[in-house]
Amino acid sequence: MLDNNQLLRFTTAGSVDDGKSTLIGRLLYDSKSIFEDQLEAVESTSKKKGHEGVDLALFTDGLRDEREQGITIDVAYRYFTTPKRKFIIADTPGHIQYTRNMITGASTANAAIILVDARHGVIEQTKRHAFIASLLQIPHIIVCINKMDLVDYKEEVYNEIIGQFEEFSSKLLVKDIRFIPISALLGDNVVNRSENMSWYQGAPLLHTLETMHISSDINKVDARFPVQTVLRPQREGFIDYRGYAGRIASGILRKGDEITVMPSGFTSKIKSIDTFEKEVDEAYAPMSVSITLEDDIDISRGDMIVRTKNKPESAQDLEVMLCWLNNESAKPRTKYIVRHTSNEQMAMVKEVIYKIDINTLARSGEDKEMNMNDICKVKLRTTKPLLFDSYRENRGTGSLILIDPATNQTVAAGMIV
Amino acid sequence: MSKYYLNYLDELESEAIYVLREVWAQFDNPVILFSGGKDSIVVTHLARKAFHPAKIPFALMHVDTGHNFPETIKFRDDLIESLGVSLIVGSVQESIDEGRVAEEKGKNATRNALQITTLLDAIEGNKVDCAIGGGRRDEEKARAKERFFSHRDDFGQWDPKNQRPELWNLFNGKHFEGEHFRAFPISNWTEMDVWNYISRENIQIPSLYFAHERKVVWRNNSWIPYSEFLQLDEGEEVVTKKIRFRTLGDITITGGIESEADTVEMIAQEVSAMRQTERGNRTDDKRSETAMEDRKKQGYF
Ligand SMILES: Nc1nc2c(ncn2[C@@H]2O[C@H](COP(=O)(O)OP(=O)(O)OP(=O)(O)O)[C@@H](O)[C@H]2O)c(=O)[nH]1
Ligand SMILES: [Mg+2]
Repeated sequence: MLDNNQLLRFTTAGSVDDGKSTLIGRLLYDSKSIFEDQLEAVESTSKKKGHEGVDLALFTDGLRDEREQGITIDVAYRYFTTPKRKFIIADTPGHIQYTRNMITGASTANAAIILVDARHGVIEQTKRHAFIASLLQIPHIIVCINKMDLVDYKEEVYNEIIGQFEEFSSKLLVKDIRFIPISALLGDNVVNRSENMSWYQGAPLLHTLETMHISSDINKVDARFPVQTVLRPQREGFIDYRGYAGRIASGILRKGDEITVMPSGFTSKIKSIDTFEKEVDEAYAPMSVSITLEDDIDISRGDMIVRTKNKPESAQDLEVMLCWLNNESAKPRTKYIVRHTSNEQMAMVKEVIYKIDINTLARSGEDKEMNMNDICKVKLRTTKPLLFDSYRENRGTGSLILIDPATNQTVAAGMIV
Repeated sequence: MSKYYLNYLDELESEAIYVLREVWAQFDNPVILFSGGKDSIVVTHLARKAFHPAKIPFALMHVDTGHNFPETIKFRDDLIESLGVSLIVGSVQESIDEGRVAEEKGKNATRNALQITTLLDAIEGNKVDCAIGGGRRDEEKARAKERFFSHRDDFGQWDPKNQRPELWNLFNGKHFEGEHFRAFPISNWTEMDVWNYISRENIQIPSLYFAHERKVVWRNNSWIPYSEFLQLDEGEEVVTKKIRFRTLGDITITGGIESEADTVEMIAQEVSAMRQTERGNRTDDKRSETAMEDRKKQGYF
């Protein structure tokens, strides 16, 4: 049993038809993670569609419309395990129309594989996805230059595209970028080292994913405990039990810690940290626990328990990088519901500070309209103070979504600056 | 490895507990869809953990096809009693008797699709606004597309081409009157994870999952349990084999496999070497390439 193994969540990105789904199919196939009945089903569909061999993209493109059109529409999640690690893959669509689904898949990833078609090089959609990956602060990016089989496995092509990508990515904040030349279709440098590209000295993709250092990706410094719900069992043995249930967003909490409940500001001490099995002395992100305090304080969902010596910021006026996800454009001075940790309240976009041009990353202060797929820096005003850290420091307390109360749709994803 | 790092099974458990608590906080009247299968048993176990020391704060809902393994019903009733939660039963037989649905005819007839109407009626009739399921993304290619919080319109339908984006762990369960949600706390678990977890937590499961001498009929490439609901064809014969089931569904369509595994550990070992998916034995999924998607669009689990 793999009980001590780490989980790596990664996502695919890149323009439509660059080979993302094919790559995931290849990765699963060559790592022997495909079951016989799945293979048979995909073989027979491939044949029906007149495809030579197996269409590897069919392992993830599971919806009827996806299969008919040969594109990915929504994220597909796939799972596989090697002796070294356990993986959750989010295979996302490249089509610009479905950018919101790409963001869905990418928002929980520790690593992103960005594909580039060797024949076309870095294009606008590659840049959009690379930019979104950097905005989301995905710590590791692997750029796979794909379809090397179609450019005679030439090293010059590979180097040229690295140059194009680096020219763009030098303006992004990504800690760890690597490049791998591959053919997803034929399997070069996916699981097995390519015999066609002896000039490439680096590791194949799977090995890279297996050995990447990930344990430092969670914030372990700032203890933040958003209260999800209050547990009042009112049954024998627990008559006075009042536990604050939630998942630690970041940092470590210990029994006896001096804490402050925000926004009320009341202070107390942690009396116990409980799980179903037992009381524990300490708990850390991303554990789900129930906390009891020494004092009776009025606490409810949406409040945050933090260490008195290390509090988040609290403000009603925030600067946020906003990705607009809805075909209905943002309406000025309209109230949206903002959901942030377990907290929910109303908010208004007061001002669009600038919009980002995806190709050049230039900021334009002229165009104030927020349409689908636009990425803007905005001023957001909430009705009550929001308790947050900057997204850069803390994914859990720096992220928010906007919901349109008229339609209940999730219309925007925000990262607090 | 750093001391402050969860192993993957703990991480999946914590994620599921988070989802269950989110459901409780965001909805007025959620239920757990309880089939008696291992996945819904695991979800129920996780719900116990999520709200401990309080009781599970929602009812269990069972859509009863009438074609049950008898053991499933006993297992269900015992569990309800030990948890002290209430049970809502939606009966396919009643839907048939009331003329809401018509029974399929012929040898391969099943009540699988009929469950949709019964399920949606039970959801509407009990004013359920969120039905928590044990669906996992690794089960099937349409399920691989599910969100944790998955919207259903006022006809109970799923629109896979137009799902709400689901960012980070910020779930949007907002809905209008008449609409509901499905929530899938163990979305990210694989069959292997479920078995490892059952083993680690020592969770009780029906003995149908363990290898046993059973009366079966060879049909559609798998061993279908012999029951009063099965119409035998010419040439088909009832034989006794050591069989266990990988999934539990309607008794008429759930295929078993030959196995010697009679402990959870042996099952986990067997599953890790398996070359067929667990639903590979379910004739309901084999009816067409997009059988699951088509049913799910209409409101299936
Ligand atoms: N020759 C060659 N063709 C490839 C390679 N990788 C993918 N393809 C082909 O490129 C086409 C598109 O592949 P997909 O995997 O569906 O592309 P995608 O990036 O998933 O597309 P979307 O999800 O719709 O954005 C298919 O016809 C593949 O067979 C490769 O390495 N070499
Ligand atoms: Mg694709």
